[in-house]
Amino acid sequence: MSTSTYASALGLEAAAVLLCAVVTLWRRSLGAIVRALAIQGLALGCVAMVIGLHQHDVGLIIVGLLVLGAKAIVVPALITRVVRADPRSRETQPLVNVPASLVAAGALTFLAFASTRSVTSLVPTAAGRLIPVGLSAVLVGFFALVTRRKAVSQIVGILLVDNGVALVAFLATAGVPLLVELGASLDVLLAVIVLRVLTTQLRSRLGSFDFDQLNELHD
Amino acid sequence: MSGISPMIGAGIASGVQVVAVGVGGPMLVGAMRKVRCRLEGRVGPPILQPLVDIRKLFRKQRLRPDQATWIFPLAPVALVATVAVAAVITPLATTRPALGSGSDLFVLVYLLLVGSTLLALAGLDAGTAFGGMGSSRAVTIGALAEPALLVTILALSATAHSSNLPAIVRATLGDPGSVATPQRLFALGSLLIVIVAESGRLPVDNPATHLELTMVHEAMILEYAGPDLALVTVGEAMRLTLLLGVFVNLVAPWGVATTTHVSAIAIGLGALGAKVAVVGVVLAVFEVSMAKVRLFRIPELLAGAFVLALLGVVSGLVVR
Repeated sequence: MSTSTYASALGLEAAAVLLCAVVTLWRRSLGAIVRALAIQGLALGCVAMVIGLHQHDVGLIIVGLLVLGAKAIVVPALITRVVRADPRSRETQPLVNVPASLVAAGALTFLAFASTRSVTSLVPTAAGRLIPVGLSAVLVGFFALVTRRKAVSQIVGILLVDNGVALVAFLATAGVPLLVELGASLDVLLAVIVLRVLTTQLRSRLGSFDFDQLNELHD
Repeated sequence: MSGISPMIGAGIASGVQVVAVGVGGPMLVGAMRKVRCRLEGRVGPPILQPLVDIRKLFRKQRLRPDQATWIFPLAPVALVATVAVAAVITPLATTRPALGSGSDLFVLVYLLLVGSTLLALAGLDAGTAFGGMGSSRAVTIGALAEPALLVTILALSATAHSSNLPAIVRATLGDPGSVATPQRLFALGSLLIVIVAESGRLPVDNPATHLELTMVHEAMILEYAGPDLALVTVGEAMRLTLLLGVFVNLVAPWGVATTTHVSAIAIGLGALGAKVAVVGVVLAVFEVSMAKVRLFRIPELLAGAFVLALLGVVSGLVVR
């Protein structure tokens, strides 16, 4: 793979990760948001595989495949089952309206790009230049966590943050050791399963997924 | 025909572009209607039907509201005139149109804005409730699309280091890889949403509806009849074609003439027609599968376009 193809492929995939993060703020339907999350996982797996191919690192290619399997197939399938379980909560109810969240996402992207100038100068590779993209995805994920109250939206926010962190890890260190990456991915999978159990409990007790209803004590 | 001077060649090329947009515009609208009808299981009117309708309207009596001022008859003429001027200077069939140095993206945007502003004023001018409502909605959508459009231009002009449209198209031809950069793709996505909003297509406005709750553009031009309505229809079709022509030449500029030779311009014209037709048909297919967005959700759509353009600018800063 030539250097320019490598750089442009990496740029496009990183951009896809950021775009999917913004799409989760843009769309209201939870189905569309989960699809965006699956595409983000796909792009993230491709980032790892492209770096692995470029550096002839078989371990990284395997990590990429595992990330792809976990984040593009298994986790979205789990969340889709939660969404399907409650037909009343097919749409998100953001605390901040959509245009304002989108403008905030734009501002957060600027913040990420401005604050990582010194970091990108430390890693003067094609991958290192893209670190701010990963940080933007992390910040957008935090924003989604803060402004969305439904349980499914919270899971989506955590996954956005995790995908962003994984992207920064791939770009900055050209791949963390296989064991560490596996540990992180399994952690997230576990978190999703726990949240799934929690949402099922929430629904059976309260009849909805809304975390705000946990503010008061019930018998 | 290499004997003619470049200036005359550019003049001929621009003339060809205006005629192509003027005749091709209604045909594009007809083709999009045909695709829509076929997908919905209807036969649909022939592709040339809009041209026939326009000829019919031109023969009808000139009828204007009693209270209307000079703005009412001026608006359709100004609409067609500004789009025609824009068609002269934009690189549609050739990258060397007449007055090419003035073919700035900002010039193009504000030329088109003159026409739509006058049309909005004309909607108010007739003094009917519908006209005012339509104008209010159209201006709201336009005002929301404007920031997205300006940031998009910023993102597009960063690669060519110029907001001159022929220069951007030439730079893209010289470096085909620049189309596949995140910066350009974000900007083009934003541009497509803005084009759909500005030309009043689904999901922003339904051009086929006359239901008072939903119509935007149709409400604005409700008082127009006869030759005036024909001009408005032609102007709107030309504007859609022009915007789509600019879009396709930014996405895939291949085939566009870089000289003013007659054969090159002919090839450029054919390529332009084919590319615009493809994009038009794709848009029509999407329109069939889409419902009109609620009026109060249009800001969400255009805020999305704005953020896409912003991401384009920001990613252009680091990803080179």
